[in-house]
Amino acid sequence: MNSCTITEITILPGHDKSGNPEQFEPIVLRPGDTISIVGPTGSGKTAFINDIEVFAQNDTSTGRTVLVNGKTPPEEIIRDPSKKPIALITQNTKCLADMTVEAFLAMHVKARRIATPDLVFETIALANQFTGEQIQAGCRISALSGGQTRALMVADAILISNAPLILLDEVENAGIFREKVIEVLKEHYKSVIFVTHDPLVSLMSDRRIVMRHGGVEKILQPEGRELHIREMVARMDATLCRFRERIRAGELLTEQGFPV
Amino acid sequence: MKLIIIAGPPSAGKTAVTRQIIRTFYGTKKITFLKIDVVRAFEDEELREEFGIPARKIYSGDLCPDHTGIMVLQDAISWAESERADIFIVESAGLCLRCSPYVTQSLGVVVLSAVSGMNSPLKMGPMIALADVAVVTKTDLVSQSEKEVFREKTREVAPQIDIVETNAVQGTGLRYLMRSIEALADIMDKKTITLRGIPPLGVCTICVGKRETGWQNHFGIIRKLDGADDLYRGD
Repeated sequence: MNSCTITEITILPGHDKSGNPEQFEPIVLRPGDTISIVGPTGSGKTAFINDIEVFAQNDTSTGRTVLVNGKTPPEEIIRDPSKKPIALITQNTKCLADMTVEAFLAMHVKARRIATPDLVFETIALANQFTGEQIQAGCRISALSGGQTRALMVADAILISNAPLILLDEVENAGIFREKVIEVLKEHYKSVIFVTHDPLVSLMSDRRIVMRHGGVEKILQPEGRELHIREMVARMDATLCRFRERIRAGELLTEQGFPV
Repeated sequence: MKLIIIAGPPSAGKTAVTRQIIRTFYGTKKITFLKIDVVRAFEDEELREEFGIPARKIYSGDLCPDHTGIMVLQDAISWAESERADIFIVESAGLCLRCSPYVTQSLGVVVLSAVSGMNSPLKMGPMIALADVAVVTKTDLVSQSEKEVFREKTREVAPQIDIVETNAVQGTGLRYLMRSIEALADIMDKKTITLRGIPPLGVCTICVGKRETGWQNHFGIIRKLDGADDLYRGD
């Protein structure tokens, strides 16, 4: 099954940790959609994206069901990772191989039997848009920083895996340019679900799913009402990014008051 | 009674998979468990305490644990039958990657860890080749690329094997393993249960206690660094 034939993914309600049925309307994800999942630790955020990753059929602890194009997905796309339309990147996901970046990506390209000669270098170039520290093709995977690794995995999911839906579980901790990631995902017409505690990522998403006690409590669609705060948070974030870079560069930050 | 034989290298997650099987069938099926290990094992105590199921272990000591498994299997099946089990799970020690403890009239499950390196399936030929299902654990910890390559290498060893990818601690994706267990036939006639493959050659001079190094000091089945294929049958 070609991954580009997937037009929507639907999540049907299950139940919370006490077995009470969830009260939400089916959540439909289409290409380009950005959703963030928020809620306290232990509220069921990771279980929610795990349900999507395994295409739950009322057979996980949450009782949810996930449909592809309105139907039960064929087994092949669930079981074969090279046909799976979903890439999951968590804070635990690592590249373990002791290879160069170029060899690692070439290995993935080969496993996928893709014949685009420049794909490896396009992927590195895209990853470099997500991270401040440039990734070199000849650098060993094991020597990359957390941020570089995460940037490379996101770029790999977009270009080589070509997954229409990308699940990112708390990747903001890794120091990648979150705004740029969201922008590129939209450009490539990908759907993305963030599990996040990050205000900027939450505010930049089209929809926000709020979890409580293992169930979906509500789904917020800000539709522009948060625009003012979003812009302010984006400015604060940009300021913090600049501070971070200056601290890394060894500067003393001696401004009086809050710079804009 | 259904028989499940679980093998796989140490720390691959065999017991985590066993726990998920017990959790899935707990309440509808009576399950018994046997762990075969070399010097120490705790799985039987843990599972008995956690689920209250009949569980026991046997230590192989100086004997190869898979040889021990083969020796005790008929007794073990009789024990599980006397406990009126519907499902009997035998978990091997998983030390020697040449081992392949699967028998006929059972479901052979090899548990592999995705973090063990992409070439690891190629290094454990018979342990994978003669199994029915390969459960690949810890797939949440490795990159998409490595997951895909791991699967290809497993297929290279066993083109027909049923591959199930999972985070065994959470139990994600295990529905296909459970489906194979549902579909598994009961033991027809335990007296006719045999090993699926031929185990590694059992006795060499090292096995019987000679401790000198170098092929010159041994006889029977010997191996030189150069000029030998898989085996060299010496004088």
